[in-house]
Amino acid sequence: MVPTYFNEMYHDGSARPPYRHLENWTADMPAELRSLKQAEAEALFRRIGITFAVYGEGGDPDRLIPFDMFPRVFTNAEWTKMERGIKQRARALNAFLVDIYGRGEIVRSGRIPARLVYQNEAYEKAVAGFVPPRGVYSHIVGIDIVRTGPEDFFVLEDNCRTPSGVSYMLENREIMMRMFPALFRENRIQPVDRYPELLRRTLASVAPAKCNSEPTVVILTPGHFNSAYYEHSFLADLMGVELVEGQDLFVEGEFVWMRTTEGPKKVDVIYRRIDDAYIDPLCFRPDSMLGVPGLMDVYRSGGVSICSAPGAGVADDKAIYTFVPEMIRFYLGETPILQNVPTWQCGKSDDLKYVLDHLGELVVKEVHGSGGYGMLVGPKSSKDQIASFAERVRADPGNYIAQPTLALSTVPTFVNEGIAPRHVDLRPYCLVGERVELVPGGLTRVALTEGSLVVNSSQGGGVKDTWVLAE
Amino acid sequence: MILSVLHTTTYRYETPVRGVVQSHRLTPSVFDGQKTLRWKVEVEGGLAGGAFRDGAGDWIQSHSVHGPVSEITVRVSGDVETFDLAGVLRGHRESVPPEAYLRESAFTRADAALVELGRAAVDGVRDALDAAHRMSAAVAEAIAYQPGATQSQTSAAEAMSQGQGVCQDHAHALISAARSQGLPARYVSGYLLATEGEGPHEAAHAWAEIWIKGLGWIGFDPANSCCPDDRFIRLGSGYDAQDAAPIRGIARGPGSESLDVTVAIQAVQQ
Repeated sequence: MVPTYFNEMYHDGSARPPYRHLENWTADMPAELRSLKQAEAEALFRRIGITFAVYGEGGDPDRLIPFDMFPRVFTNAEWTKMERGIKQRARALNAFLVDIYGRGEIVRSGRIPARLVYQNEAYEKAVAGFVPPRGVYSHIVGIDIVRTGPEDFFVLEDNCRTPSGVSYMLENREIMMRMFPALFRENRIQPVDRYPELLRRTLASVAPAKCNSEPTVVILTPGHFNSAYYEHSFLADLMGVELVEGQDLFVEGEFVWMRTTEGPKKVDVIYRRIDDAYIDPLCFRPDSMLGVPGLMDVYRSGGVSICSAPGAGVADDKAIYTFVPEMIRFYLGETPILQNVPTWQCGKSDDLKYVLDHLGELVVKEVHGSGGYGMLVGPKSSKDQIASFAERVRADPGNYIAQPTLALSTVPTFVNEGIAPRHVDLRPYCLVGERVELVPGGLTRVALTEGSLVVNSSQGGGVKDTWVLAE
Repeated sequence: MILSVLHTTTYRYETPVRGVVQSHRLTPSVFDGQKTLRWKVEVEGGLAGGAFRDGAGDWIQSHSVHGPVSEITVRVSGDVETFDLAGVLRGHRESVPPEAYLRESAFTRADAALVELGRAAVDGVRDALDAAHRMSAAVAEAIAYQPGATQSQTSAAEAMSQGQGVCQDHAHALISAARSQGLPARYVSGYLLATEGEGPHEAAHAWAEIWIKGLGWIGFDPANSCCPDDRFIRLGSGYDAQDAAPIRGIARGPGSESLDVTVAIQAVQQ
């Protein structure tokens, strides 16, 4: 059976309305001009130095992630529905985190097994009983969405810790505007450049109890060797805040201070791009050189805010993911707007049996894995690959989940032979503080290899500018 | 009984350091087994930081010292009235659920010997409390009290294979064995009144707590083959010794540090 994929541009024989202007655009573009433009785009990316791997995927940090000039387009109506669904999900995930570090009602009521929550590696005993400012644990929620039809959107996973890639969203747009200004006159494309300001406002809105003036916000980076360092400095620059490393901060008395040329300056909100285990050697890994000793005590006593809050990772675990629709009903009393992908938990014996019997059709992932590593795409794998993966699943079933192979939508993409459909996903970035908001857009990742469903940059994925049209 | 505590820890730095930050879990727990009459934690030249009660019910207080400084002393003193509750942690308020203490840590990861010790204790016993007592006795038997045989970084499995250790190793081994049998268990740090002719004692002491359904957290001290009574003062808990440490600190600066600890626990004559 040949699966049919939803082509977001060409459906039922003609271009869908949001893509109509692009039909002429490509028709008018000779091949030489296209390759010239592509080279120009690459040069621009190299010049600004944006070469990091998205989503902490590792790999060569100096490798450029391919940028595809063909934009991905949503109508305002499509976006509005997605936006509502994303905000709903971000609210529910935060309500869940406040609950599990508080009374744990969702566990007590039997809706989520205690084991999945309290024995989760991301559960942090150190924040139990603590409610962060405004009850927000995850301030930037990256929600990965795939589309399989005109009206069918599914959430693939949630990212509640420190989702990366937003600098690509901003840079892709910047470069498209520079190279094709006419496109932005012909199409009414909603801007995304408010993101840094919204992020700054979100962070400032969760200043701690003891902050009684305009809050000082900083970005805490592990340093220039980190694959996402570019993004850290890019965001600090656009927000107009300091980019610091652990050694630039210190705890004295009830607060965290930043060394400056004018002497110590109190820091109120830390947007940290360092994992929980490394942020404070007095609370977590004692050998960490990246963090700030004593930070957690200041945090717990209301002297500083940490974004995202330590312990937020429980909510984006792939085993917890299954329960997000339940969270939406439980905490918000609403019907989930965005669907989950049906998921089998290999830790359950019935599910395990089904998965092992159907490995050839399914996508199997590690519960804590990311970046497209340690996963099996059944329909794209050989018998041997399937057999050896089956062994791994049998050895540690609880570590795996499985999902049907989704018919990811395609968007026209520039390839050597011209223009051809390639599979895409989407990561919008939802900001949660005093308000829950997001800019119209996100990062579209595209699987550049023909037929590939894996969009991760480590597996040959690229990125596209993502447009949301005004009404 | 009223116990009087004097506990001083002096850190000396080879070369003066730019600053020191410490996180203290040095205040007696609040529960029916102990009542704090007087308590003081002083850090010479230190600035008290934020203080709070954490989810496990421990009082956490940080202190920072602005450098250059080449020596600091943490002085803990006070009186606590204690009651013998046969190890039961009654009236202790906390929000971390017991299930969280099923998680392994590097120090308490069970090897085959520890799993076997746990399994043997549970075998044929219907009551979890009995099983816990048997586990505690088995740990005392498996690891002989021998100061100097292990270090602060020794794991439960290492102490088991060595067959020697101190209270920290006993506690780690018991936690490890209990968790391997699905019983939530945690490390407790505190003080112990030394009494004559009753075997080994360490004034700065550590033991384990095991969660027994229906009873709650129960303390077990394999080193002294007992459950904590009115000779014990409880300070705080954690997954393991590192997580439950009464003092965790870091000095900013190069060079090595040396440590001098004295603990004196006395029963106050009434």
